[in-house]
Amino acid sequence: MEVWASQLFNGLSLSSILLLTALGLALSFGLMNVINLAHGEFIMIGAYTTYALQQVATHYTGDPQSGITFLVAIPASFIMAAAAGYLVEVSVIRFLYRRPLDTLLATWGVGLFLQQLARSIFGAPNVQVVAPDWLSATVSVTSGLLLPMKRIFIIGLVLACLGSLYLYMYRSNEGRRMRGVMQNREMASSLGVSTRRVDSFTFALGSGLAGVAGCALTLIGPIGPSLGTFYIVDAFIVVILGGLGQIPGTIMAALIIGMVNTVFEFGTTAVVGKVLVFAMVILFLQWKPAGLMRARGR
Amino acid sequence: MSVPYLSKALGSLTSNTLKLLAGLGLILAVACGSEAPAAPASAPQGSAAPAAAAVESAPAAEEPETIKVGILHSLSGTMSISETAVHDAELLAIDEINAAGGVMGKQLEVVIEDGASDWPTFAEKARKLLQEDQVAVVFGGWTSASRKAMLPVFEANDGLLFYPVQYEGLETSPNIFYTGATTNQQIVPAVEYLLNEGKTKFYLLGSDYVFPRTSNLIINKQLEAAGLEAVGEEYTPLGHTEYSTVISKIRAADPDIVFNTLNGDSNVAFFKQLRDAGISAEDLPTISVSVAEEEITGIGADNITDHLVAWNYFQTTDTPENAKFVQAFQAKYGENRVTDDPIEAGYFGVYLWKAAVEKAGSTDVAAVKEAAKGITFAAPGGMVTIHNENQHVSKTVRIGKVRGDGQIDEIWNSGAPVSPDPYLDSYEWASGLRELAQ
Repeated sequence: MEVWASQLFNGLSLSSILLLTALGLALSFGLMNVINLAHGEFIMIGAYTTYALQQVATHYTGDPQSGITFLVAIPASFIMAAAAGYLVEVSVIRFLYRRPLDTLLATWGVGLFLQQLARSIFGAPNVQVVAPDWLSATVSVTSGLLLPMKRIFIIGLVLACLGSLYLYMYRSNEGRRMRGVMQNREMASSLGVSTRRVDSFTFALGSGLAGVAGCALTLIGPIGPSLGTFYIVDAFIVVILGGLGQIPGTIMAALIIGMVNTVFEFGTTAVVGKVLVFAMVILFLQWKPAGLMRARGR
Repeated sequence: MSVPYLSKALGSLTSNTLKLLAGLGLILAVACGSEAPAAPASAPQGSAAPAAAAVESAPAAEEPETIKVGILHSLSGTMSISETAVHDAELLAIDEINAAGGVMGKQLEVVIEDGASDWPTFAEKARKLLQEDQVAVVFGGWTSASRKAMLPVFEANDGLLFYPVQYEGLETSPNIFYTGATTNQQIVPAVEYLLNEGKTKFYLLGSDYVFPRTSNLIINKQLEAAGLEAVGEEYTPLGHTEYSTVISKIRAADPDIVFNTLNGDSNVAFFKQLRDAGISAEDLPTISVSVAEEEITGIGADNITDHLVAWNYFQTTDTPENAKFVQAFQAKYGENRVTDDPIEAGYFGVYLWKAAVEKAGSTDVAAVKEAAKGITFAAPGGMVTIHNENQHVSKTVRIGKVRGDGQIDEIWNSGAPVSPDPYLDSYEWASGLRELAQ
């Protein structure tokens, strides 16, 4: 019983990580049709921002475990990754709209460039971020059911990101313009919306969300120049299964893949579990090529 | 172009793209599931990095005659995490040798190539070093996949390779000297040590490729001979970062030791998440064979404190040679740099080659190989001797416990150097392994 309860939690936790890494991609790939292979590198930028901030804070306060630093790192990671995303959009991607396959090659190159840049700045070996004390705790529900605080925190962070994204997209003028452009570019443009501005903004927002994911992932995973590559494939699978341009679909897909993967992995092995999930997704896409949620025809 | 048409065209394009991407994902997963790639996953990411071919000329330019030697490690891509430091140690040894007058009075001229974490690149660069640069010897490689890619090149061109990393054994090449441990100098004695400590319930956890699978095959046979059986055996893809389910499985199997052959970045995720799950080294110790001082820096010492590791050398190993080596390494590369087993093996490999060349009186491959038999060197980790037949080296086995500051305290050693036995011929329970390897 306790095993199942803890597996349920593990599934939820995996879903939250998948969603966190996929949310930004749901904007750049899902809404803008940019096959953004550099998405993983924006995650990396978030992780290194957290690391750099902690180094600076440790230098001045002498206390690496300051919980404040980590809380400050979340918006800082967002800003750094969003700025990098903005630069990439205005310098590379804006020339490639309507040529999705070209964006694949261009962003792949951007990704390699960013990886080598990180290697030059921070060195090739992994670095470490010390988690604040309040995140290192374990919440024990029963004697056999222990929930790591970090996992609970990440689930909370995902909910916060979703909430903010909802408010932005549905309750702000900027968000309304963004939805307008994504739904009907020509019409929005003729009504006076600057589609160029909306494009750069949306891409920067997606990159910023990747940065937040990177910040959170420093708690549980490795921090190195190639860290983005560990998450990029899963992020694409989640967005594709969810259906392009469908944030609710992305949420559903992350939940399904996280849960199913955890169950399969527990029943078989990590490798077989992953293969089964991929096979399942491919079969599903054969049946419903548009994914879980289909954009309504216009 | 009308809008509906555009969106339809985009729609069909993206749906094809989706299938392409999903297919790619499956291929990636399957590729990781099978044997070959021997490094943290997603190697292709690294492959396109510029292969910087730097030539560092030796200081003594007026000397008409120099000896060219090659260094071939991944300086870019995913494996540069580990290989850069070995490359540094080999350069240090070469600098020291040049400063002390070179080999047979000739300065060494280094040709550095970048394997870029890509196995075909290793083969190609090895061919370039041997055929174009005509180097006398190459120091290089890390993953078994890179070694296996270079092996036919060295055999076809009759070159000489010094390979500095512990590996899964079951191999001998007339053109390769193995300065890292083979299984009977690391894994087999580690299991023996654990059995003597009264451990009976082994859980085997590894990355899914040739080294962990071969190691666990050997461990299973060894346990069988002791009348035991592993309580669990689990492999995760290279680059796997989600260990909560694996940890649940370990908890359910209730082992008293986890034998960890995970490689690369997965170790960081595993140890962080093990600690988050409230499992300390006291509750459940692990022993790792691919986690050294360099990796501990990235894992975070507090996440792995009191866990065990098995190697032939630690930075704390107490020999006069090591004190000198650590000091020289940190003086050249920075106070915060650490040394570890493969770094040390890369370093003394250069000296072993020098000794063999001087004994042979030439850099001719056949003469050097003949002269290398039985050559000894006082390495930082203790005395090492090249084996007469299999070209591995005998070295002392050490088991250590990770300290809070990331250094390792030795808690056991084999007392004397252990002679290399790559096919485990001297172990009765290992009969049949030799056939398996062919």
